Amino acid sequence: MATTNTKDPNAAVGLEGGTVIAVTRRARLAEFWYYFSQNRGAVIGLYIFAAIVVIAVLAPLIAPHSPSVQNRGAFLLPPAWETAGSWSFILGTDAVGRDLLSRLIYGARFSLFIGVVVVSVAVSVGIIVGLVAGYFRGAIDTVIMRMMDIILAFPSLLLALVLVAILGPGLVNAMIAIALVQQPHYVRLTRAAVMGEKGREYVTAARVAGASNLRLMFKTILPNCTAPLIVQAALSFSTAILDAAALGFLGMGAQPPTPEWGTMLAEAREFILRAWWVVTFPGLAILITVLAINLMGDGLRDALDPKLKRS
Amino acid sequence: MSEIVLETRGITRDYHIGGGLFGAGRTINALKGIDLTLEKGKTLAIVGESGCGKSTLARIITMIDAPTSGELLIDGAKVDITKKRLDSEMRRKVQIVFQNPYGSLNPRQKIGDVLMEPLIINENVPEAERRERAMAMLTKVGLQPEHFNRYPHMFSGGQRQRIAIARALMLNPRLLVLDEPVSALDLSVQAQVLNLLADLQDEFGLTFVFISHDLSVVRYIADEVMVMYFGEAVEYGTRDEVFQNPQHDYTKTLFAATPRADVESIRKRLAAKAA
Repeated sequence: MATTNTKDPNAAVGLEGGTVIAVTRRARLAEFWYYFSQNRGAVIGLYIFAAIVVIAVLAPLIAPHSPSVQNRGAFLLPPAWETAGSWSFILGTDAVGRDLLSRLIYGARFSLFIGVVVVSVAVSVGIIVGLVAGYFRGAIDTVIMRMMDIILAFPSLLLALVLVAILGPGLVNAMIAIALVQQPHYVRLTRAAVMGEKGREYVTAARVAGASNLRLMFKTILPNCTAPLIVQAALSFSTAILDAAALGFLGMGAQPPTPEWGTMLAEAREFILRAWWVVTFPGLAILITVLAINLMGDGLRDALDPKLKRS
Repeated sequence: MSEIVLETRGITRDYHIGGGLFGAGRTINALKGIDLTLEKGKTLAIVGESGCGKSTLARIITMIDAPTSGELLIDGAKVDITKKRLDSEMRRKVQIVFQNPYGSLNPRQKIGDVLMEPLIINENVPEAERRERAMAMLTKVGLQPEHFNRYPHMFSGGQRQRIAIARALMLNPRLLVLDEPVSALDLSVQAQVLNLLADLQDEFGLTFVFISHDLSVVRYIADEVMVMYFGEAVEYGTRDEVFQNPQHDYTKTLFAATPRADVESIRKRLAAKAA
């Protein structure tokens, strides 16, 4: 028969295809990893990100000094390889004599924490609100989208500042404020994707099969909208870290002596000409983390989207 | 004795086009009173040009959209989706196969999940039995068991249409609405799918509403034919009546416009050209 497919499935598909009926979770994971590992940048990003996570978790074991102990007589010490440097402070010290490396290691905890919390709050709220708006349309949609337009009409940092001013300064309140500022992007993305998918025939087919609204929204439509959301989540992970840093700089975010990378950057601004290391290393830490996450997000999208898979 | 599976009485459907800042809204009568009855095991073909209301009628029969007025009876029971939600018993009686095989399958669902989804929603059967029934349906429509765990994008148009047909049949419907099921496929595959449909009709005692604009396909598969023109049924009768003795001007034009490729008509055309 002309319609029997004689093409051999490739190795990864064969893992769970063929006569093996039980699709185990492991096989699915193996398939995901196969497609993810095709993208070299994504794998490198994943390794770097994993390393950062490990560093953050094991910070008390790795860090050579306490992040908040001030070493008198070691103010603004340059990194070890510079002429005046000392090997006990590998990356040098800051203006009050704290070890930069230890602060960076502890700072990884805060930055990852901020990114994870902000993104997950913004994503989960944004997806639900966007799904409702895009699926039901009508008056609900109008009300929701006008509210999002109002939030988007403010300069984001200003709005975050106002919110923090209302809630009171501090890391947790800063995170809530940033999540609220970021969430309209997710609402819009989700709504646009849902509207595009809702008119497709497979949605109608599922409806004819008797699927309820909730099932249509979350099981049929939502999985087809994830690709732009994943990329957006990866990108706003960095925005979250940067916004938190900006709030810290204005005295509204993480309070000193918290070794948050952004706050460190802000504290070091006045020494930029005299001591390059106090701004360079926190900046590099942010850059490397953000780049790794973005690369990973790209690979994630490729691996999660079956349309990009080669059959 | 034959039982009536589908009956419609004076079904109309209006679409309101909202007026903008200037100018009032308009109302478009997509369907202007369609009456039809269809017996079990028969095929009704609905023919007509684009925009004549074929697909609107299909959506109403499938209980996706509600008619503006008129009655829809399925198995003698009146259906009104605006008044109360359909129960799964009613829902499963009518299923649909769409025209575009590339849009009608969820790209993130494996074929097995596509086939098992209707069972998960409507029936409380154990996982193993679901799998078994889906597998049986897959082989019934001419696919292999190893296709069970593949994604839709790995299949050709004809195979996808087979999958769509299999999905529609999972719930053992009484009535299958086929909205131009072969018009997106190439000719040899069209024939295969049409033969498959005919076989399945015999096996399950299915009733078909077959929407098409291809008269040669209609002549092949239909028992009864309805010709639609701007929301009205201008011609309705058995296939032979309609094809041999068309009454309405539009039907005559439609038949005259069908290209003919048999040797006789080609000779005639060449002779006419030479003269």
